[in-house]
Amino acid sequence: MARTIVAAALPEAVPARSRALPENLVGTVLVAGLCLLLVLIIALPLGTLLIKSLETPAGGLAGLDNFRTYFSTPTLVDALLNSLTVATTTVAIVVPLAFGYAYALTRTAMRFKGVLLALALLPLFAPSLLSGIALTYILGNQGFLRGMLFGRTVYGPIGITIAECLYSFPHALIILVTALGLSDGRLYEAAAAMGTGRLRTFVTVTLPGARYGLVSAAFVVFTLVVTDFGIPKVIGGQYSVLATDAYRQVVGQQNFPMGAVVGLLMLVPAVLAFAVDRLIQRRQSSLLSARSVPYEAKPNPVRDRLSLAYAGLVTGVVVATYGVAVWASFIRYWPYNLSLTLDHYDFAAADADGWGPYWNSLVMALSVAGIGTVVVFCGAYLIEKLKLFPTGRAFAQLLAMLPLAVPGLVLGLGYVFFFNAPWNPLNVLYGTLALLAINTLAHYYTVAHVTATTALKQIDPEFESVSASLKVPFWQTFRRVSLPICMPTVLELAVYLFVNAMTTVSAVIFLYGPDTKLAAIAIVHMDEAGTTATAAAMASVIMATALAARLLLALVHRFVIARAQAWRRREVSA
Amino acid sequence: MTVGDVTPFLKVDGLSKRYGAFTALDRIDLEIGRGEFVCFLGPSGCGKTTVLRLIAGLDRQDEGRIEIGSRDVSSAPPAERDFGIVFQSYALFPNLTVGDNVAYGLVNRRMPKARVAARVAELLALVGLPDQRGKYPVQLSGGQQQRVALARALATSPSLLLLDEPLSALDAKVRTRLREEIRLLQKRLGITTIMVTHDQEEALAMADRVVVMNRGRIEQVGTPEDIYRQPASAFVADFIGAMTFLDATVGGPCQIRVGSVDLVCEDGRGFIPDSPVRLGFRPEEIRVGNVRATDVNAIEVRVRSLEFLGSFYRARLEPSRDLGGSLVADLSANLHGDLAIAEGQYLYVSLPPAALRAFPVASRP
Repeated sequence: MARTIVAAALPEAVPARSRALPENLVGTVLVAGLCLLLVLIIALPLGTLLIKSLETPAGGLAGLDNFRTYFSTPTLVDALLNSLTVATTTVAIVVPLAFGYAYALTRTAMRFKGVLLALALLPLFAPSLLSGIALTYILGNQGFLRGMLFGRTVYGPIGITIAECLYSFPHALIILVTALGLSDGRLYEAAAAMGTGRLRTFVTVTLPGARYGLVSAAFVVFTLVVTDFGIPKVIGGQYSVLATDAYRQVVGQQNFPMGAVVGLLMLVPAVLAFAVDRLIQRRQSSLLSARSVPYEAKPNPVRDRLSLAYAGLVTGVVVATYGVAVWASFIRYWPYNLSLTLDHYDFAAADADGWGPYWNSLVMALSVAGIGTVVVFCGAYLIEKLKLFPTGRAFAQLLAMLPLAVPGLVLGLGYVFFFNAPWNPLNVLYGTLALLAINTLAHYYTVAHVTATTALKQIDPEFESVSASLKVPFWQTFRRVSLPICMPTVLELAVYLFVNAMTTVSAVIFLYGPDTKLAAIAIVHMDEAGTTATAAAMASVIMATALAARLLLALVHRFVIARAQAWRRREVSA
Repeated sequence: MTVGDVTPFLKVDGLSKRYGAFTALDRIDLEIGRGEFVCFLGPSGCGKTTVLRLIAGLDRQDEGRIEIGSRDVSSAPPAERDFGIVFQSYALFPNLTVGDNVAYGLVNRRMPKARVAARVAELLALVGLPDQRGKYPVQLSGGQQQRVALARALATSPSLLLLDEPLSALDAKVRTRLREEIRLLQKRLGITTIMVTHDQEEALAMADRVVVMNRGRIEQVGTPEDIYRQPASAFVADFIGAMTFLDATVGGPCQIRVGSVDLVCEDGRGFIPDSPVRLGFRPEEIRVGNVRATDVNAIEVRVRSLEFLGSFYRARLEPSRDLGGSLVADLSANLHGDLAIAEGQYLYVSLPPAALRAFPVASRP
């Protein structure tokens, strides 16, 4: 009886198509491929760096001798101490400044928050050394404010510290805005209900909530400063730091093992920062429950105006500094002839390569954005959504997180040692734009990977289960569901990779060849050659390109994505 | 009442699953007949969802066998097991229309477009959403979304339907209506169905058989009536409906001693005289009104509190003689009105011998 009803209600039992590709096999092969790729572009270069630090220049085994030599050579140890001094000072200045700014953005009702945040993030779109170049115009030998230094020179710790502050400010700001943004409004209401004073509320509620963010920001800034190459190169003068030392050892003296030792020293704070950050994220998540209510500041005219004044001042300094560099690139002869000209944008006049490096950068950045986005997003999907080959997926996840703990300069050194080695068949890549692109992708892999993973985690994990029950292989679900849902994130990734590929100096400084010099490296050379205005011009072009990419993303978001993703809107059609 | 053929449609043998030191599932054996509607019922963490996911192949068991339609699928991937599944979260693809969601499993089979469209229309009519195919999931109510999920799960005509707490995210009213509809649909299609739920009312109302689970083990399998009337353990008795428990000692045959009171009890269950047991009875089985002091198992009590619960009152009763605990009795609103019971009042109640159940001491709920 029951059978006949089944037949009536479901007239045709649908025949299952014989599946051409065994899903598990495809998945396993893809995960294995991802592991292999990450081993090649991340693990092996770093491993080679480690081994190199234990070798003699001739290639024999040196054991820890290189480290002993390092610490018994006063000039080398000086660079280490200099790096620590500059980094500590920068942390002490930037973290409180950024905290105040983040507080104004998240805990007050001041106006123009969107604009202020956008302007404060400006340094992210320029190569780090642009702030250094700007300072030479402001406080350098011909600088219009050099009197403020009372006879001291900007070429040294003072210049490095100021420039690093400008450069690292947005990095600290992003972390602190996130930390302060994750607040439970109910705690403030509870404190107010018990008649708690402002200061006590700040000390007992605000600070504990943000303390992990503060620690994290301090470590990130410290690491950025210790490993930054561009700024000390431009404005460091005779003041040597770890990053310039590593460059000098490898490029200047061809002392690879000693370069490797310096690289490993730079790895220490970065790895520490990484470990602390992991620890913090675990704790931070437990601070907020699903029942938390976000804090919303009520208007308070005095506080809000003070906040606006403070944020405006800080933003003003940042924008003005970068503005000076851009302005200077249009000045005929600083400071004697201030008439405007486009001469400095005729790069061929200052450098035989002309605009070549810029086009190289553009091609490289576009390939990193294009190929890198595909690799990162598909990789994140494989790791996050597949169930098979757990060992392989865990291994890939570990490798994907590793670059965050590795400064660009250190990764670049690893690439030199690995991809330039005579025994390595991949050394044909050395000096090609392809290797520069690969290196840049590896350098920025983690942040892109985490962004993609976060977006994928927000998708119902049962989608894959449902698909499996419907006998639909995972790649179909990826194409028809996961990818369309994550489209905004995918574009975000592409722009992130593009902007960083345009502006990076530290990793690629070791890797470019005669025909593959990048724009950011050209800036270093122009500055070395004394054509500072041309360097400023090139940096301005890079910044304009990066900003244009960002703007394009905003437009695409507004006009394309919003329309294509009608399914996100709740409206009920009639 | 067990529907089904002589050979079970689904057979589970010694199924175990561990997560680290935690044993989620401890050697489960179960047989389910063709066309049967079975509910897995238990508190959270009892392993009911684990069984479902193992049957679906979404997780892999550590030990044990699974047979579907007398085919061993113990190590087969989900795609080779022939089932449809509905989740609590609906798991509808948000970027696809209702029609595309339902057609998701059909498109992959290279069916002609016209046939896919016809099948989608048929399924949406089946779940009572005939004119919603162009909408996106976000534009539907929770109940409507769950119907779409059901249609999608049925689209490929699977031989087994798995429902993972499908109604838990819905409002009480919608839940009641949808559970009737699901049950009717299941009967009409005759599809073997397993539903996981923590809601005992849902399980009792829908299932042919209920599988009560606790701590990774099956406590009892039976029809809803069996489970309610003859609970196999104190856990089942307590989890299904309400039950009052008192510490007691077995007296003689049909005799049980609670505190200083001797009660007549029909539930001997072969306990040795003088051994300690847990005595249980349901609140609605206590007789209140027209009870005299000389009646069987009559006890004088004082009404300590009365709780109004709509169609009935729940009374907490303090025995005048020591029973080692208070009693809970449910009184219909009518009875409450007739007897004019008030807090603080003294009256006689009786515990009918047939309503008393004895459980071993070890099986505390």
